[in-house]
Amino acid sequence: MVQRCKGFRDLSPEEMIRFRFIEQVSRDCCLKWGCLEVKTPTLEYLHLFTSTGTLTPGMLGKAYSFLDWDGWSGQRVVLRPDGTIPVARFYIDNMVEKGLAKLFYVTNIFRFEETGKEARERWQGGVELIGVNSPLADVELIIMALGVLTSIGIKDVELRLSHAGLIRGLLSKLGLSPQEQARIFDQILDGDTEALARIKSEKPKLGKALTSLLGLKGKSSGILKNLKALFNHSLPELEPHIDNFINIVDLLETAGYRYQIDITSGRGFEYYTGIISQLFVGAEKVGGGGRYDALIPLMGGGDIPASGFALYFDSLMDLVKPAMLSRPLTQRILIKAEPEVVRHGFDIARHLHEAGYVAELQLEGQEPADLRWILEVRSKAPLFVLTDRLKHKTFGIKTASEVLKLLGEGDADKDSIA
Amino acid sequence: MPIKIALPKGRLLAETATLLRRADWGLGSYHEAARLYRLKSARFPQLSAKVFHERDIPIQVAIGNYDLGICGLDWVEELLAKYPSSALVKVKNLGYGGGVLYLVGSKSEGASSVEKIRARPGVICIASEYPNLAESLALYLRLKQFSIFPLWGGADVYPPESADLALITGKTGQKSFDYDLVSVSNVRSYSTFLIANKGSWETKDLSELLGSIEDGLPLSEKHPPSSEVARVPVAARHPFSNQAVEDTVRLALPDGHQQEPTVSLLNGAGIWVEDYPSPTGNRRPAVNLDGVVVKVIRPQDMPLQVANGNFDLAITGKDWVREHLYQFPSSPVVELLNLKFGRVKIVAVVSQDLPVSDIYSLRQFSSEQLRPLRVASEYVNIADKFARDNHLGMYRIIPTWGASEAFLPEDADLLIENTQTGRTIAKHNLKIIDTIGQSSACLIGNISVACSSRKKARIDSIIKALRVTVGDS
Repeated sequence: MVQRCKGFRDLSPEEMIRFRFIEQVSRDCCLKWGCLEVKTPTLEYLHLFTSTGTLTPGMLGKAYSFLDWDGWSGQRVVLRPDGTIPVARFYIDNMVEKGLAKLFYVTNIFRFEETGKEARERWQGGVELIGVNSPLADVELIIMALGVLTSIGIKDVELRLSHAGLIRGLLSKLGLSPQEQARIFDQILDGDTEALARIKSEKPKLGKALTSLLGLKGKSSGILKNLKALFNHSLPELEPHIDNFINIVDLLETAGYRYQIDITSGRGFEYYTGIISQLFVGAEKVGGGGRYDALIPLMGGGDIPASGFALYFDSLMDLVKPAMLSRPLTQRILIKAEPEVVRHGFDIARHLHEAGYVAELQLEGQEPADLRWILEVRSKAPLFVLTDRLKHKTFGIKTASEVLKLLGEGDADKDSIA
Repeated sequence: MPIKIALPKGRLLAETATLLRRADWGLGSYHEAARLYRLKSARFPQLSAKVFHERDIPIQVAIGNYDLGICGLDWVEELLAKYPSSALVKVKNLGYGGGVLYLVGSKSEGASSVEKIRARPGVICIASEYPNLAESLALYLRLKQFSIFPLWGGADVYPPESADLALITGKTGQKSFDYDLVSVSNVRSYSTFLIANKGSWETKDLSELLGSIEDGLPLSEKHPPSSEVARVPVAARHPFSNQAVEDTVRLALPDGHQQEPTVSLLNGAGIWVEDYPSPTGNRRPAVNLDGVVVKVIRPQDMPLQVANGNFDLAITGKDWVREHLYQFPSSPVVELLNLKFGRVKIVAVVSQDLPVSDIYSLRQFSSEQLRPLRVASEYVNIADKFARDNHLGMYRIIPTWGASEAFLPEDADLLIENTQTGRTIAKHNLKIIDTIGQSSACLIGNISVACSSRKKARIDSIIKALRVTVGDS
């Protein structure tokens, strides 16, 4: 009857090796770009996520919200459904006086999924760059994310770009009420790819412009420049967004990065206001991010712009092959201590740990398995017998320091006693 | 193959009984005067029926205790709003017992549109018997900060002083509501539905039953609409808020069967409440004390309301205070006075047929079961703590809304219930295996609310008068 919760997963020792590898590489890369690491609580107040008015009801309806033991006022708490908003809350709480901040995190997020076949808990690592609004900042984040993936050893990453400002600007031109605009934007964000197409048919006058913009796909800034020339007069409100988009892709081209422009893809980016980037390996989405300049103002943190990205560890773990994993730096040693000298067994284990080895005492029924070294601790001379199972050699040794010396020489060809 | 159906009591009973009579089910004892919970069909020998509070039916069908159920779609949606993967199939709209869920606010407070509500600063409080739907609605309306007060009843009396809005039921096209309320949003319409357990729907042959219901439907749809609900006369509405709020003591009195002893107690203390109990359902009666206003609400809802500062004093039961404090240990609610009436025991009950005589044998019984122990109770937090403290292993709490004793033995293994004499328990072939605690009526207050000296004097005066009356000097 023992079972784990529906929709939640265990991470086995083998999966944890891959998880820690991704986490370590992500952390190393981001710290080298000047990021500082933060952790935020698993529980947050629900109103942290509702107060901005940016998250869709569909997304919020999937948050695990409940009344905790302090909830007599009706104040609900949630299991963190999003990685960015808690970091923005942390910034407002603790760092708003410091201005620019580059914050890195690894966290789990929780969203209900009806069938229980998909994960309800997901892991992600991300960076939030708060306090600056420039194409250079947007491009630095994209290059940082791509750098992490390269360092992990993942190849053939496709970068897809869209622009939330452009989509919102487009919707504002359709003559819809603010509520209707919000509804359509929600539908797009909730993954309804037909939402824009349906409006298009209802507004034939805008058909041409919409067809061009909605079908916008390309691999260079040229296509954006062409569109700008075409619609500069009929849709001048879109110009700042197109210019911003052009600046960003020009910088990416200058830096030697390739990308794909796909304007309609925006799912899961509720609070974004500018560039939206998505990272794919084949059909698998492994990360994404973008600019969200309105979020911190809406949270009451002042007029502070921000952007960020997150990499999806669950997807990346499936892509990490054993060959990509770093080889363990330590050698493992199994210590067999006779009962009367078990204290010496613990002593030599301590010496080995201090020297950087993985060493463990043999427990009842434990087989050497894939360990290379076995160290017998005896009550009579020789006090230590070290067996190299790889080279089938055995050494009689008098002292602990000699054991360390011999191990330090690795598989040097010493005279063995067998 | 046996088929089980959960049928409603209360507001839907008469029309459901008419439908099933037309369908010729032969459920002779399914009528308002009967007090039988378990029924057999004369026409379908494989069919057994049980009568529940309407709100219990979607839960009973979803967890698989019943193949079919008949209840209002409002309660189905309330369950699905929080548990969308519930194993429920909405089979057929039966067309009667319809209504609309309205989000209402106070006309005098300007709560006439969603935009006006959304523009209000601070936390928007919504009171409702439908807390899950209220939460979904708050998210849908993008309210920036909201609190939901789950209620057992009487939501329409909460705005504007005790909540900003209430999610309540009304008639289709209803324009005006009691207590100066106005519709902010027409949330959804509902009517009576035939529902099925998903597993039963996919595996059992229910066609004969469904066909008979189809046969009964056209006639049932001709059933005359139910009569107008008695409206509270305008003159009887006591203005709860039109007084000096700072110094006014807000007193909550219970509805239901505790009204008579409450009246006796109050009268003994020299407190006279006009139109209480009210034949028209007036929930804002007048009182003969200066600077005191009264609202009549469910005793179950009082601790949460006192905790939130919506009332200064309330007469409720110790059982509901305990239930509240088990859920919210940091609540500022305190018992001020034991009022000594309405004495009941809270007990753990099992079927006489179960080989269980105490908590130890219950634990043994629970450990031998392949399925989780099913614990039914109106007191979900007391029941949960009882199961936890007594190491009942795998268990599942089934919330109930009345007539809980009928759940044993088919639909639950253990019942946490209150009893005065134990006679009802014995009548249902049940036995008490443990007494969890005693309860009686009590006066409660809020320890963390600061108030003026004038108001404090008024509160102290009421407590003193009641203390003398109950002989607790």
